[in-house]
Amino acid sequence: MSFKDKGQAEGYWKENLKIMFKLLAVWFVVSYGCGILFIEQLNQITFMGFKLGFWFAQQGAMYVFIALIFIYVKQMNNLDKKYNVEE
Amino acid sequence: MDVQTLTYIIVGFTFAVYIGIAIWARAGSTKEFYVAGGGVPPLLNGMATAADWMSAASFISLAGIVSFTGSDGLVYLLGWTGGYVLLALCMVPYLRKFGKFTVPDFIGDRYYSSTARIVAVICAIFICFTYIAGQMRGVGVVFSRFLEVEIETGVVIGMAVVFFYAVLGGMKGITYTQVAQYCVLIFAFMVPAIFISVMMTGNVIPQLGFGSEMLDGSGYLLDKLDGLSEELGFGAYTEGKKSTLDVFCITGALMIGTAGLPHVIVRFFTVPKVKDARISAGWALVFIGIMYTTIPALSSFARVNMIETINGPVVQMEDGSKVYGQGTSYEDAPSWIKNWEKTGLIAFDDKNGDGKMFYSGDERNEMKIDRDIMVLANPEIANLPAWIIALVAAGGLAAALSTSAGLLLVISTSVSHDLMKKTLTPDISDKKELMWARGAAAVGIVFAGYFGINPPGFVAAVVAIAFGLAASSLFPAIIMGIFSKKMNKEGAIAGMIAGLLFTAIYIIYFKFVNPASNTPDNWMFGISPEGIGTIGMLVNFATAAVVCKLTNEVPQDVQDMVESIRFPRGAGEAHDH
Repeated sequence: MSFKDKGQAEGYWKENLKIMFKLLAVWFVVSYGCGILFIEQLNQITFMGFKLGFWFAQQGAMYVFIALIFIYVKQMNNLDKKYNVEE
Repeated sequence: MDVQTLTYIIVGFTFAVYIGIAIWARAGSTKEFYVAGGGVPPLLNGMATAADWMSAASFISLAGIVSFTGSDGLVYLLGWTGGYVLLALCMVPYLRKFGKFTVPDFIGDRYYSSTARIVAVICAIFICFTYIAGQMRGVGVVFSRFLEVEIETGVVIGMAVVFFYAVLGGMKGITYTQVAQYCVLIFAFMVPAIFISVMMTGNVIPQLGFGSEMLDGSGYLLDKLDGLSEELGFGAYTEGKKSTLDVFCITGALMIGTAGLPHVIVRFFTVPKVKDARISAGWALVFIGIMYTTIPALSSFARVNMIETINGPVVQMEDGSKVYGQGTSYEDAPSWIKNWEKTGLIAFDDKNGDGKMFYSGDERNEMKIDRDIMVLANPEIANLPAWIIALVAAGGLAAALSTSAGLLLVISTSVSHDLMKKTLTPDISDKKELMWARGAAAVGIVFAGYFGINPPGFVAAVVAIAFGLAASSLFPAIIMGIFSKKMNKEGAIAGMIAGLLFTAIYIIYFKFVNPASNTPDNWMFGISPEGIGTIGMLVNFATAAVVCKLTNEVPQDVQDMVESIRFPRGAGEAHDH
C-alpha cells in the first residue's frame, strides 16, 4: 500500500468521489438538462444569434464537456499530491 | 489539373505516408503489438483516439444526419462526445492503473472468472465486427465516387493498406498512423467548412458563423433555415420532433455505449502513467470537439445551400415578406447534381412535368437526396476549388482506415490474448502469441473486406446494436468492478447476460423480426431500439445487485486489487505482467 494507513486511503477515495460527482452533476445539467429536458424553455431566449436550448445541444454542452475533463485532471493531480500517491 | 488527377495525387501521397510510418513503427513484442509498448505521449494518444473514434460515419454521414434531422441531431452530437466525460472521470484512470492489455482482461481478473472473460470477449468481437463492416463500405464509396474505380477495387485497396500497417505494426503502427490520419481528416473537414462559413456569413469560425446574419442580407441563417424548413413541410429546423424521453434515452445509450466501446478504452492503455491517461482523454475530446462543433454549423450551411440551389433563392420583398423559390430548371442544373445522380445518391423525378426540380418534405417533393451528399458533395455545391474536393476524398479515407485499424486490433488481441493466451493455451510463448495476433488481424481484414463488398442491408441497424450492447453489457460490468468492492462474479455475469439479452432481443425484434411494428406506439414506454441500451444498462445494474446479494462474497485478494487500482502510484510496474 502506498497510503500510510486505512484512514488515508478512505479519505483519498472519498475526496475522489466528491470531485467526480460534482463534475458529473454539471455534465448532466448541461447535456440532459439544458440540451434535452429544458430545451424548449431555453429556446425562448436568444443567445449570439442562436436559440439558447439549441445552442446548448449543438455547441455549448460540448465546450463544457472539454472543460470538465481538464478541471478533473487538475483537481485529481492536486489530490494525488495531497495524499502523496502521485507517480 | 482536373479533380481526378488531384485526388490521385493527394490520396496517393497520404497512403505513402501511412505505409512509411508502418515500416518505421514495426512491433517486435506482444506488448508493442497490444499497447504500443505503453509509451505513447498523452497528446499524441489523444489525437490517435480522436482518429480511432471518428469513423467514416462521423466524417461522411453525421453532418448529413444533423442536416436532415435538425434539432434532434443533438442525440449524436452529445452522445458521441459526452461519453468521453464518463470515460475520463469513471473509467480510464482506473483501467490504466490496472494495467493489462484488454477489456476482457479487466473483466476476467476483476471477476476472477473465465466465464466473465469469455462473455466480455464475445461482446468485444461482436461490437467490433458490426462496426468494421461499415468502415470498409465507406472506403469503397469514396473510391468509387472520387477515383471512379469499382467499389470492389476500392475496398481491396483499402484492405491492403490497413493490412500492411495493422498486421505489421500492431498498436504501435496503428497509433502513429492514426496521428497522421487525424491531421489529414481534420484538415479535410475544416477547410471546406471555413470556406463555406466565410462565403455565407463572412465569419471565419464556422461555430460562430451559423449563428450569424447572412451576407446576402436575408437575416440570421438559422431564422432563414427555420422559415425554409417550415415552408417546405419539414417543421422548424431548430425544434425537435422526437419525444423528450426517447431523445433522453438515445443520447444515454450513445454516451454510455461510447464509454463501453473496447477499441476506445484500449487506447488509454498505451500511455505511460495514470496521470497521462486522464489528460489524454481530455486531449481526445478537444480533437474530437473541433470536428463535432463544426458539424452542426456545416449542417446548417449545407442545408440552406442545397435547398436554395434546387428550389431557387428566397427573395426578400420590400414589405418584409418572403417569396420562396418554386424550383429551378433541371436542364440548367449544376454539374454536381448530374455527377451524383450517377452514384444513385441523388435522383430527380419530375412529377408535375414542369422540367423544374423541387425539394420539400411534403407531396410536392420531386427529389431523392441521400444524406451522405451533404459532406461529400458540399465543396461542389459551394463551388469550392478542385483541390478541396480531392482533400475531402483523402479525409474520408483517413477516417475510415483509422477506425478500421483500431477495431481490427481489438479483434486480433481478443483472439490471441484473451482466447489463446488466457483461456485455451496459457503456456504459449510471446512469439507464438504475436503470430496469433497477426493471423487474427489478417483474418479480420478479410472478413471486413467481404462485408465491404457485399454489405449486409442492415449495417445501419447493427450500429444501434453495437452501442446498445456496449452500454448494456461492458459498461456496467466495468463501472461496478471499479466502484464496488463487493460486486462478485455471479452478479456481474448475471448482469451482463441480462442486459445483453434484454437489449439484443428488443433491437432484433423491432429491426429484423417485425420491422413493420417499429413505430413509437409499439415501443416500450415510447423508447426506440436506438435508445433501449439505456434501459438495458439499468437492467444490468439491477440484476447484478440482486444476484450479488444472494451469492458468495468476493475473495479478499480481488478486493485488494480493487483497492489498488483506486490510486495512481505504481502504474508503471503493474504494466509488465
